[in-house]
Amino acid sequence: MNGLEVGQVVAERAFPISRDSLVRYAGASGDFNAIHYRDDVAAAVGLPGVLAHGMLTMGLAVQPVVDWLGSAGWVSDYQVRFTRPVVVDPQHGATVTVTATVGALDDAGARIDLTAVCDDQTVLGKAHVRVTPLA
Amino acid sequence: MPVNPDLVERAFPSAAPYLVGREKVREFARAVFATAPLHHDPEAARAAGFADVVAPPTFPIVIAEATLQRLLAEPDAGIDFSRVVHGDQRFTYSRPIVAGDELTATLRVTSIKTLGGNSMVTSESSMVDARGEHVVTSVSTLVIRGEDA
Repeated sequence: MNGLEVGQVVAERAFPISRDSLVRYAGASGDFNAIHYRDDVAAAVGLPGVLAHGMLTMGLAVQPVVDWLGSAGWVSDYQVRFTRPVVVDPQHGATVTVTATVGALDDAGARIDLTAVCDDQTVLGKAHVRVTPLA
Repeated sequence: MPVNPDLVERAFPSAAPYLVGREKVREFARAVFATAPLHHDPEAARAAGFADVVAPPTFPIVIAEATLQRLLAEPDAGIDFSRVVHGDQRFTYSRPIVAGDELTATLRVTSIKTLGGNSMVTSESSMVDARGEHVVTSVSTLVIRGEDA
């Protein structure tokens, strides 16, 4: 983690999400809320469409940081606010683009700030990753 | 039906310790686009100093989800699952989770707030390993959208 500067972009990646991704995440996580795979249920509760699990967005958004870290460090704290849902079109899906920037540096490691954008709109707020060097 | 304010400070222990399996870690990693070798290859994990494959940072939600189901299943909770959306989430770790860990979670509802017809339920799941040492704490806020929201 030497040589980092606040404001430096350390990773960037685009994630294409399909309905398939949602079913896969539902199975892996155990979150079977029907708003993540049934258009009729989503419509009945007034949503604009089937939504990606917030936790899927949170889960994928940290991956560019994990890949960048490699075995140099680990994620010791990770928080997000879900500011806007990711609507996943049955045919075209959705794409979430993540940018990871150095937010703060101290003796214990670094805080990496994430931006996650879908359809030109930010979907995560206050997305902070604390990375700690591996001993 | 509004969310029952009496849920605050009620604790929901997990039924049994959760054994973190190597294939479950791989399955979860695939679901969150986690391709780093640490999550899939035990040799790569060992080379980095871990006993087995390392769970992705958001993996504890699998364990928190199980305790959350106990909360939602409370007959007096008043929570309609199809109206639930996630407000915010945080994981604070003492160490990474690796396959082979046996984790016990205790969920505690820490606050319930009502704002413009929506209810916000904040809960905290603290997870300890087989030796009783802290591994991770998951803090979640769920928003239960009101009928007219």
